[in-house]
Amino acid sequence: MKVLVVDDETDVQILFEQRFRREIRAGELIFAFAHSGEKALAYLNEHPSEYVLILSDINMPGMSGLELLRLIKTTYPAPPPVVMMITAYGDSESHDQAMQLGADAFLTKPLDFNNLKEKLKSAL
Amino acid sequence: MELASFLIVFFMVRYIRTSLQTAVRFPEWEKILVIVQYAASGLLAADVFLDSSITKWLWHILLLGMVGAAYLLKDFRPVRNVWLAVGPYILVSLFKDIARLIDSDFYKSISTVIEIAEVFTLVWLIATWVSTQRQQKALEKERLKRLQEEEQSRIIAGQNVMLEQLVAERTAELTRQKEELEQTLTELKATQDQLIQREKMASLGELTAGIAHEIQNPLNFVNNFSEVSVELIEELKEERRREDRDIELEEELLTDLTQNLQKITHHGKRADSIVKGMLQHSRTSTPQREPTDLNNLADEYLRLAYHGLRASDKSFNATLIMDFDEHLGKVSVVPQDMGRVLLNLFTNAFYATEQKRKTGLAGYQPTVQVSTKRLSDEQIEIRVRDNGCGIPKTVLNKIYQPFFTTKPTGQGTGLGLSLSYDIVTKGHGGALTVETEEGEFTEFIIQLPT
Repeated sequence: MKVLVVDDETDVQILFEQRFRREIRAGELIFAFAHSGEKALAYLNEHPSEYVLILSDINMPGMSGLELLRLIKTTYPAPPPVVMMITAYGDSESHDQAMQLGADAFLTKPLDFNNLKEKLKSAL
Repeated sequence: MELASFLIVFFMVRYIRTSLQTAVRFPEWEKILVIVQYAASGLLAADVFLDSSITKWLWHILLLGMVGAAYLLKDFRPVRNVWLAVGPYILVSLFKDIARLIDSDFYKSISTVIEIAEVFTLVWLIATWVSTQRQQKALEKERLKRLQEEEQSRIIAGQNVMLEQLVAERTAELTRQKEELEQTLTELKATQDQLIQREKMASLGELTAGIAHEIQNPLNFVNNFSEVSVELIEELKEERRREDRDIELEEELLTDLTQNLQKITHHGKRADSIVKGMLQHSRTSTPQREPTDLNNLADEYLRLAYHGLRASDKSFNATLIMDFDEHLGKVSVVPQDMGRVLLNLFTNAFYATEQKRKTGLAGYQPTVQVSTKRLSDEQIEIRVRDNGCGIPKTVLNKIYQPFFTTKPTGQGTGLGLSLSYDIVTKGHGGALTVETEEGEFTEFIIQLPT
């Protein structure tokens, strides 16, 4: 399964690669990283229908995660990928908004990676 | 000649009485003088009615007595010189009568001379009298003048006292006013300090959410990298227990561990510097200038301002553009003060884009840009630009006034730009200028000497 992680913090890449090292080595998961909503969209356009799961931060400079979610859910060719939103502010307003826009899950930072792994497995 | 004697006595008595003011000062002498006057009158009457030569001698005695008394007596000292006027006449007439008594022939031979002498003595007497009167008048005038002057100086002295009293009163009043003003000034200064402190706390409040977010991120990394490192060590241990150890994998795990520990340090320091910045921001003591990386400072505060606003308004969003001059070099500033200026400019910029976004403009992308540039060896500039609502010309000259704000009541202190202006100009000898077009953009330009 191919997963695209969208976050403005670049160290997220190293963290994911280590957290999922066994899965990556086993070839169960393939990760790609984008550091902004705009870059994520561009990446998805270059690799259409490849990524089945997108993990996106909400609070990013420029295009926000929610805007990215809206664009993916409305314009991306079918089948639409699974989109999970991550935010540092676990407020109900963001949660409701994300769900309304069609998010498949709403995760809060700090990420519980065991929980995430389970969610990814169930999404498979 | 008796008439002349009478007149002499009469006027002499009068002269003595008026010049010595005997009626007031010497009542005894006054009585005697009045008696003398009556005696003279009686003597004159006797002369007219009695044809006797004795009156002649009585006149001589009277005159000599008066002149002698005037000359000898202490009380008559001021009129002592009366003898100068009367003396010649008395002597001549006495000589005439004695000469006539002793030798009438001799008298006849010199009678003409004596009569002429007598006339001269009378002329002398009158002349002396007149001149004395004149002198007396002049003296009297002088005395009056002196009295007047004394009176005047007395009045002036009185006025002086009054004036001095007035001056003292006014001085006391002015001193009181001065003290009141000083008191007011002290209170105003205290209030100003409080306001500045409140403004600092207000911007700290704006920052809190941003700071929480900024601290949360590095802390998450610290936790995550620590946890994953434990996993890596477990994996490493597992690998080492195996018969066919994969040395390459072990190397890779060790490299990752090193990298993780470096990441933990990096994010720990990041959180540390944010907390330090926050403490500096709220500190009240007079801060010191130090060589500061303004690119870093601008980056840090732009993030803080952005996340602060995002925390309070979830729908808020903006594109941040940072265009930093790599050759800016360190600039000697008070970091927390310059941080406040930047924070204030960023907050205003975000606020302006938010105002414009609320108008519902289609396709509007709020953008806030910060750029730094070295202008010369002695000068750098920082530009903070937003594509927000701009500043109307009508308020452009008021934006640095304390308490001027366009924000709704309770949302802005109106001190942000005023304090920023003071910090840049007075605090750092720089300049704060603005370029703006209503509805299009606003760009604040900080120029600092290096």
